[in-house]
Amino acid sequence: MHATSSVREPLITGGKTVGNVSEDISRQVEGKPTQLWWMAFGVSFVFLLYGLYCICFLLWNGVGVWGLNKTVGWAWDITNFVWWVGIGHAGTLISAILLLFRQKWRMSINRAAEAMTIFAVICAATFPLMHMGRLWLGFYWALPLPNAFGSLWANFNSPLLWDVFAISTYFSVSLVFWYLGLIPDFAVIRDRAVRMGHQTRANIYNALSFGWNGGAKTWMRYESVALILAGLSTPLVLSVHTIVSMDFATSIVPGWHTTIFPPYFVAGAIFSGFAMVLTLLIITRKVFKLEDYITIYHLELMNIVIIITGSIVGIAYITEFFIAWYGQVPAEQYAFYNRMQGPYWWAYWSMMTCNVISPQLFWVKKIRTSIVATFVLSIIVNIGMWFERFVIIVTSLHRDYLPSSWSMFHPTMYDIGEYLFTFGFFFCAFLLFAKFFPVINMAEVKSIVKSSSEKKH
Amino acid sequence: MENNKNFVVGIFDDEDILLGAVGNIREKGVKIHEVFSPFPVHGLDEVLGYKRTRLPIAAFMFGLTGTSLALLMQIWMLGYDWPMIIGGKNFASLPPFIPVTFELTVLLSAFGMVITFLIVSDMKPYKYPRQFDLRSTDDKHVMAIDLDNNRLNKDEISRILKDNGASEVNEKNF
Repeated sequence: MHATSSVREPLITGGKTVGNVSEDISRQVEGKPTQLWWMAFGVSFVFLLYGLYCICFLLWNGVGVWGLNKTVGWAWDITNFVWWVGIGHAGTLISAILLLFRQKWRMSINRAAEAMTIFAVICAATFPLMHMGRLWLGFYWALPLPNAFGSLWANFNSPLLWDVFAISTYFSVSLVFWYLGLIPDFAVIRDRAVRMGHQTRANIYNALSFGWNGGAKTWMRYESVALILAGLSTPLVLSVHTIVSMDFATSIVPGWHTTIFPPYFVAGAIFSGFAMVLTLLIITRKVFKLEDYITIYHLELMNIVIIITGSIVGIAYITEFFIAWYGQVPAEQYAFYNRMQGPYWWAYWSMMTCNVISPQLFWVKKIRTSIVATFVLSIIVNIGMWFERFVIIVTSLHRDYLPSSWSMFHPTMYDIGEYLFTFGFFFCAFLLFAKFFPVINMAEVKSIVKSSSEKKH
Repeated sequence: MENNKNFVVGIFDDEDILLGAVGNIREKGVKIHEVFSPFPVHGLDEVLGYKRTRLPIAAFMFGLTGTSLALLMQIWMLGYDWPMIIGGKNFASLPPFIPVTFELTVLLSAFGMVITFLIVSDMKPYKYPRQFDLRSTDDKHVMAIDLDNNRLNKDEISRILKDNGASEVNEKNF
């Protein structure tokens, strides 16, 4: 019943018992936030406010305040959109795909990774909404609603409309999956609050836990629901970035018109998502003293996923180049030659260094088990993945078919400000989550204490 | 509805002892009201004799509803209500309708199943559950036995619980 190979490293260190798990993880919800938390929240909030100002300016004056021009009609907005959606993918991969594969190491990290997914998808969604200019009409344009044109319905042949459905379904289903996992843990905090005599807190967390009782029948149904949600989320997460990639792949712009985009985008998404999970968790485990639950072994396993997906991305880059040469279409060949040698060569080579070369360092065990190296490389990977989207989008557009239309893209402070807004929002939301919600799935971790915890010596 | 009920509550520290105990106790003819655990214990539903949940069937039916609604919506809107030539394609052709159909299938299936789960488990934000022991969400497994439902008396049930590894036996009245 409880068979775990002795060769495997323990998933929980420090000789923890089931009772310790509730204590260690509920502590930060029950206590006052630390000074470090307030400082981080303050900085994020300043970014959020500055970004909000930039958004208001954009909505008042129109999309013209961005650096877009007639040739480069899509730049930072769609780059940031794809970047954030990609980051979101790791959460679902960890919670759904690793659940189907029965990987127990997901249990300590899935809660924070799913929270990251939800906030990242919200950040992503702000960019297309802002690009609409009049975002209050966004629902009207994007959803198939009866309208004053007679009714001229939304175009279901368009990948941009598929995107609306994919992203909103992904967001709602991820939110439900995440919340379902939180329900038993809210009940833990409720019962601890009752025992400590905090009636108000008990009432709030009881409402949040939907009056969870933890009966065997409820657990049976709950596990069945979780398994099916995992089964539904697995194709869902793969479909989301597939559809995002079709925004480009179904067009006829050289450099975008590529059939390998769907798998290549999905691999890139998981690659950047795991990097962001690492960045966040390395900080979280330190600040909340969760080193016994999120161990070096967890970080190492995530780094291995980064090697695999990073290598897939590297192969995809090379394949694109090979096919551009082999396909013998002059426009396609020029697009790829221009990426490497054109005015945006620096973006291309940043992408290659960060995404193809840097993750290969994780083959060395010393590097992939070092916290400092992992932290630095996780940030480098995300810089690389931002450049990947920038390279695909801007360098494919800026050399138009007519040389008289050739141009460059220069971001304005409003492009930059709205990117900063999403960072501010993302970190504010994550900090609030880490303060008020249990950052580790207690119920799941408790179920492996007996089999996978390091024994006290 | 259920007033003045008397329960004997056995506390277990370990899930493996609990699993063995449930089988033995049921063999003695004692009816168990419910077992409350801080985490899912695999095999507990089987030893308690629960029937498999039919939630997967509900999920499938909701999914099927999503698929049909999505296809009907797209075919009706673009094929019949307001046909338009887009890229010289057929008005209602299946391949471009697949992504939206898939997303709506997943959406309806997930939401339908979770809402069904909340309804059948009688979970509501404003409802306080009946709690036999507050430690059942922390680190103890709590077995509740309804005295009105059993022929054996309190002392006999307490002895059976103790013999089967319960670390504590309490009484609880509602």
